Amino acid sequence: MTISNIKQLVILASVLLLTACSSWEPWVQPYEREILADPIMRLSRQPSIENHYTHVYEVREGSHGGSSTIGGGCGCN
Amino acid sequence: MTFTDKNKLTLHLWLLVSGLFYLMSTLLSVQAAVLAEDQADIMLHYFDGGGVTAQGPALLVRKGNEKSYSAFASYYVDNVTSASIDVMAQASEYSETRDEISLGVDYLYNDTISTISYNTSEESDYLSDTFNIDMSQEVFNGMTTFNIGYSTSADTVKRVDNDFNKNLDRYRYRFGLSQILTKTWHASFNYENISEKGFLNNPYRSARVLGAYVPEVYPSTRTSEAFSVRSITYFDWRGSLKFDYRYFTDTWGIRGDTFEVGVSKYIGTKDIIDFSIRLYSQNKASFYSDNFTAEMIYMARDKELSTFSDITLKARYSYHMFEKDNGFFNQGTITTSLAYIEFNYDDFTHYQTGENYSYDAWVAQILLSLWY
Repeated sequence: MTISNIKQLVILASVLLLTACSSWEPWVQPYEREILADPIMRLSRQPSIENHYTHVYEVREGSHGGSSTIGGGCGCN
Repeated sequence: MTFTDKNKLTLHLWLLVSGLFYLMSTLLSVQAAVLAEDQADIMLHYFDGGGVTAQGPALLVRKGNEKSYSAFASYYVDNVTSASIDVMAQASEYSETRDEISLGVDYLYNDTISTISYNTSEESDYLSDTFNIDMSQEVFNGMTTFNIGYSTSADTVKRVDNDFNKNLDRYRYRFGLSQILTKTWHASFNYENISEKGFLNNPYRSARVLGAYVPEVYPSTRTSEAFSVRSITYFDWRGSLKFDYRYFTDTWGIRGDTFEVGVSKYIGTKDIIDFSIRLYSQNKASFYSDNFTAEMIYMARDKELSTFSDITLKARYSYHMFEKDNGFFNQGTITTSLAYIEFNYDDFTHYQTGENYSYDAWVAQILLSLWY
């Protein structure tokens, strides 16, 4: 995929997204989101603990990224 | 496609999505975004496995005005003592301390949360400075949240026993989408591209050629991509079920898969107990070998670049200490967390026994969280 192909795709997606927004109704209304706001429904409920796990894995595995944690040096010998 | 072409492609894509973000934030009327609550975390963390112990305190403080900004600062210390297999193969046990400081601010304007942060990490043989910028935008009446972010790092790799000094630059581009699916289910998709250029080796480690140790030689560039999908669903037994999957690939030939399934449940009124299992596997880098049969242009024997898998079992209990309307602190919890990890290497052998290496590790945290 070239840069111009990606540009075209993003522009097309932008137009569709923006035109779709004007008359769009949510299927879960704001007043129906009490459960979704509960602490037990958070994907990262305790960032301090999640960040420590991310560091533990990043210095011991070949994969990294795809999470919200960034920065952090080495500590890996 | 060369490293430079890939960088250009990612940069163009990131700029286009940034433009889309700007359009959305100025044209769309959406539900008001909310800043994070004022909170302080005090944590003690501990790792013990494979001859390495790492422990220390961590502190996170967040304070804002509830309407337009929330500033945060964190301090993290790793006191490391290492007699790992990599160290013992050619050297002796050592100790060092790593200090990490982060400062940042979330800024709320027109239903867009913009975050600027700076992170610096220092240890005797590794320095790292990272600048991050992130934006988050709710659309479709809060049903969908888009995230975009960029980080740039300037690292310095050193050795403690001589004046070795090399640079490593890193660029990270992130996109994310979080979607409410039903009244009890939401999911998110994230993509991150990481480009690195500079000295990517560990300066202490060696490769083996016909049993003899020689310096490792890595390519000076690496481009990685990570895609992740996360889902969480609520159930009537006052609990939730979480599922994570991450696919990783890079220009060194590594492919990694990470699965995690977790369950959380309320105990009593507000205490929460969590259990999860995480599975990880990867194949080796194209220039990795436990013992090369001839000298190559690139040679690595880092066990992190070998073919291996690990499995983690985690448990966590959060005790809700108090909640009140008067006083400086209005809520407090204390959390204890414990994990057991087992690493099994398919093509990295122990330097003494010659058998495939494996080890297990324990990870623990005690976290005191206070809201004010």
